[in-house]
Amino acid sequence: MTTMNAVLAAGGPELHPQAAEGVQSVAWLLIALPLAGAAILLLSGRRTDKWGHLLGTAMSLGAFVVGVLAFFQMLGQHADGRSRLVHLFPFISAGSLKVDMNLLVDPLSISFVLLITGVGSLIHIYSIGYMSHDPDRRRFFAYLNLFVAAMLLLVLADNYVGLYIGWEGVGLASYLLIGFWQHKPSAATAAKKAFIVNRVGDFGLSVAIMVMFATFGSLSYQDVFGQASQASQGTITAIGLLLLLGACGKSAQLPLQSWLLDAMEGPTPVSALIHAATMVTAGVYLIVRSHAIYELSPDARLLVTIVGVATLLAGAIIGCAKDDIKKALAGSTMSQIGYMVLAAGLGRPGYVFAIAHLIAHGFFKAGMFLGAGSVMHAMNDDVNMRKFGGLRKVMPITFATFGLGYLAIIGFPGLSGWWTKDGIIDAAFEKGGTSGQILGWLALIGAGITAYYMSRLMFMTFFGEPRWDEDVHPHESPKVMTVPLILLAIGSVAGGAFLILGDRFAKFLAPVVGEPEASHRLITPYTAIVFALMVVGVGLAYVQYLRRPVPRTAPAGNPAVTFARKDLYGDALNESLLMRPGQWLTRLTVFFDNRGVDGVVNGLAAFIGGTSGRVRRVQTGFVRSYALSMFVGAALVVGALFLVRI
Amino acid sequence: MLTALIAIPAVGALLVALLPKGRDALAKQVALGVTLVVAVLSIVMAVQFDPNGKRFQFTEKYWWIKQFGVHYAVGVDGVALVLILLSTILVPLVVLASWNDADRSGGVDAPPKRSVKTYFALLLALEAMMVGVFAATDVFLFYVFFEAMLIPVYFIIGSYGGPQRSYAAVKFLLYSLFGGLLMLAAVIGLYVVSANAGHGTFLFDELRAPEILHHISPTTAKWLFLGFFIAFAIKAPLVPFHTWLPDAAGQAPAGAAVLIVGVLDKVGTFGMLRFCLELFPGASKWFTPVVLTLSVIGIVYGAVLAIGQVDIKRLIAYTSVSHFGFITLGIFAMTSSGQSGATLYMVNHGFSTGALFLLAGFMISRRGSARIDAYGGVQKVAPLLAGTFLVAGLSGLSLPGLSSFVSEFMVLVGTFSRYKVPAVIATVGIILAAIYILWMYQRTMNGPTAEAVKGMKDLSKRELIVVAPIIAIIVALGFYPKPVLDAINPSVKQTLIQVHQQDPKPTVAEKGSHQ
Repeated sequence: MTTMNAVLAAGGPELHPQAAEGVQSVAWLLIALPLAGAAILLLSGRRTDKWGHLLGTAMSLGAFVVGVLAFFQMLGQHADGRSRLVHLFPFISAGSLKVDMNLLVDPLSISFVLLITGVGSLIHIYSIGYMSHDPDRRRFFAYLNLFVAAMLLLVLADNYVGLYIGWEGVGLASYLLIGFWQHKPSAATAAKKAFIVNRVGDFGLSVAIMVMFATFGSLSYQDVFGQASQASQGTITAIGLLLLLGACGKSAQLPLQSWLLDAMEGPTPVSALIHAATMVTAGVYLIVRSHAIYELSPDARLLVTIVGVATLLAGAIIGCAKDDIKKALAGSTMSQIGYMVLAAGLGRPGYVFAIAHLIAHGFFKAGMFLGAGSVMHAMNDDVNMRKFGGLRKVMPITFATFGLGYLAIIGFPGLSGWWTKDGIIDAAFEKGGTSGQILGWLALIGAGITAYYMSRLMFMTFFGEPRWDEDVHPHESPKVMTVPLILLAIGSVAGGAFLILGDRFAKFLAPVVGEPEASHRLITPYTAIVFALMVVGVGLAYVQYLRRPVPRTAPAGNPAVTFARKDLYGDALNESLLMRPGQWLTRLTVFFDNRGVDGVVNGLAAFIGGTSGRVRRVQTGFVRSYALSMFVGAALVVGALFLVRI
Repeated sequence: MLTALIAIPAVGALLVALLPKGRDALAKQVALGVTLVVAVLSIVMAVQFDPNGKRFQFTEKYWWIKQFGVHYAVGVDGVALVLILLSTILVPLVVLASWNDADRSGGVDAPPKRSVKTYFALLLALEAMMVGVFAATDVFLFYVFFEAMLIPVYFIIGSYGGPQRSYAAVKFLLYSLFGGLLMLAAVIGLYVVSANAGHGTFLFDELRAPEILHHISPTTAKWLFLGFFIAFAIKAPLVPFHTWLPDAAGQAPAGAAVLIVGVLDKVGTFGMLRFCLELFPGASKWFTPVVLTLSVIGIVYGAVLAIGQVDIKRLIAYTSVSHFGFITLGIFAMTSSGQSGATLYMVNHGFSTGALFLLAGFMISRRGSARIDAYGGVQKVAPLLAGTFLVAGLSGLSLPGLSSFVSEFMVLVGTFSRYKVPAVIATVGIILAAIYILWMYQRTMNGPTAEAVKGMKDLSKRELIVVAPIIAIIVALGFYPKPVLDAINPSVKQTLIQVHQQDPKPTVAEKGSHQ
């Protein structure tokens, strides 16, 4: 079996990783440190209230240090030897099913490790300030640590079972953190909804894993990808579509998007870390990691791009209509992940941009969410942008960092988003054919809408006349919150150029996803169009939200606005198609079980016993009756057996 | 060793029962002491057990009723071993958890109780029989333990249960008697068959030998299979034989509910794996489509019913109906992953459902109501109770990292490799499980704290000592199930050889071999 795989794997160097050495051989520390942090904070109880947040932050920083060391060690290795395996322990074994807990340190996983631990640590630090008045701060940091550990397992596992454990682990952390203020019914409901919708996606991922085991007899990336070309086209497409369903759940892509907007009930650092920078991008990771599957199935790839484009537009439209600053950002997150999914579906020319955009987005979106948190702090936890306005003067650092993130996301030339998003649009057109044109133009339009809704958000919050409530006295946030903002802003500005210039990131990822055929063109035929659309978007927002005064209550709006405000009726659809029928089915089933199944049995018992009084008599004299019935029954059977002469 | 494990609690039961009236505290201490000794002994046995050795170890065999070929024969394979461990670890925790259950007086749901010492004596008697039923390697002896278990359970539900206890107890008894009767007929039938083959016996090892197996006509085998299977399906319980369980578990005191759902019901699935499959391999295969269908129905049907429950204990009972669907699915998928997974599922389900019942019991004993809508916002006043309840619940919805995931995953993967459609439908269960657990958790633990809950105390030290080991086991087995799987796998391999089934090959490899 192993030799066969080795032969099959000869096509790509990434398929037979070597054993890890040095720092990489203790890559398990990446997971163990935050996991230990979570365990200590949860088990120690109130005793660690005083310094629990510091321990949590230290654990996350510790993981970051290990990640950086492992990264530099990798840079010292030859490109073909950058995939390293860390053997941990045998996990499940029964018959032919063997699953080992191993970690795979390769360029793709290490990129995520740096993003998760780097941005994660900054958000830990920020939370020290943001959560300083919360009596449950220790529990908050425990959950954050748990999240970091699970997310690292997700990206570091060398097989789909390990990935699945991390996948569900981040789902748990997300559930706990969305519902962190669980005394609020809305938060508790949002948490539950996120978990359940994600489970629909997990259904897909679970079945995909079953198909892979039945097809390949193994669940490690190495074996699955090595033998993928031998499986039938139908099987490969099925796996691709099932994985996509999983990705849709975790990454809030249509049709499983509805949970993400509600997830904003969680504390803002959670929205930044989990529901913007890292967890929601796990679907993109899954697709790019499984590229060997998708490369064999054009149908699955096409559906991936359709989901991506549909979501990037839907998210952008929702983002235009929200007055809640966090929900507007959440719509934007959906939309940006739509770009990444689109890129991942485009195949080899897209992978690098999918991941590069993911990293760039990790910086600017986390920065903007944290900025929104800083604004909320200043505004007594209000999220309604109609009551903001003119904050640039009182919160200069928040304004500057948020502004850089804003310029990055709308694709202002030179900033991160410009490099990565333009790359995606270019790759979509490069796909060629009608589908390439459609995807490309829709992605272009999405970029214009992005500029519009982000400018709207920017103007309503930081520009214009103050529309604050009476008792609001905005102030800049403390250093422990602004320093992370500044660091994230640096990433938003420079990240894209660093990754894309000189095809640096493409070459780095090449051992995993293969090298794109042509090196990336900085200026494409579409550069000017993207820029023009961006200017139009900003201009439109300027006219609507800066030239004219913003009313403190939302105007009624036309049906199109209502459509966008109601999240494109996603919840209404779920409710009428799934929830209501589900509730009726449940009630009917309970009725049926009580009256039907149980009723028949009770009736039968009464019939045999004559009356319920007789049943009681059976009870009182049960030893006698029992002995008798045993005897009679046995006699009957023995008689029957002798009669038929076996 | 095994005899000691049966005899010690049995003697303990007598001892406790014979204590003078009014020595309730002593009765509890003796019960706890005895069950702890049994737990330690069983762990010693588990350590000495050699997974790669003979299938049955710690065997003992004496004539019991020579005229009818009945032996007192006991021994454990890996499957029986882990189930005995499950029982002996749970019982002392249940004793400790039920410390005040029998002497609580007053309250809405707490009608007058009978004697305290009898309750603990019954628990001890039940433990003896649980060990016996898993250890018996003589079919008649198995049957005796199987039926004898009813008696303590009947009295525990009937005397110490909730307001509808006598209805629940009689229902439990009637169902079980019906199943037991069918099984008795089949047991006698087996003896007749073996006598016709020239050697009347009840010994499992002799009955599964080819000379007797080949002597049974396929039709007879099907009838005998049904006799055993229906008895086990009622015990397990499999839809449509399940309606006794919510009543029994809902009315029984929480501690007893743990043993009924956590251990007793496993006798049903254990029996299917050990007796149905190995004694009637042909019939088992013949009935497989029926059993798989019932299993899948059970998974979905039980889960939907659980979602609709308004009573916490009944809800947990229905989740078990769903989980037992997974167990029987895994057993009859006839793959090593499916059957090892199903066996592991029996263990994991015992612990996670046990923890759920215990914690629900702790909560109910404070508030005096089992209705979900009697609670709300418990997390604020009792964070430890809520936290442990959540962990147990998450194990119930098979969250990876907790033990149930491993077994559910193995069952699904093992089933899919042979039966695609049932496995896919069963996977819907993971969505439904999230709904029933998290919705219950939200309604009881989250939201604003209900007025009636405001003064609720968090877990006491005693209660914490009860749940902490279970939670620890749930987490440990979630990450490192190897020790249990190592014990189970060789036994399952024997079963699969007996039913002439091999794991399906991966389709890629098959294609390769055709070329």
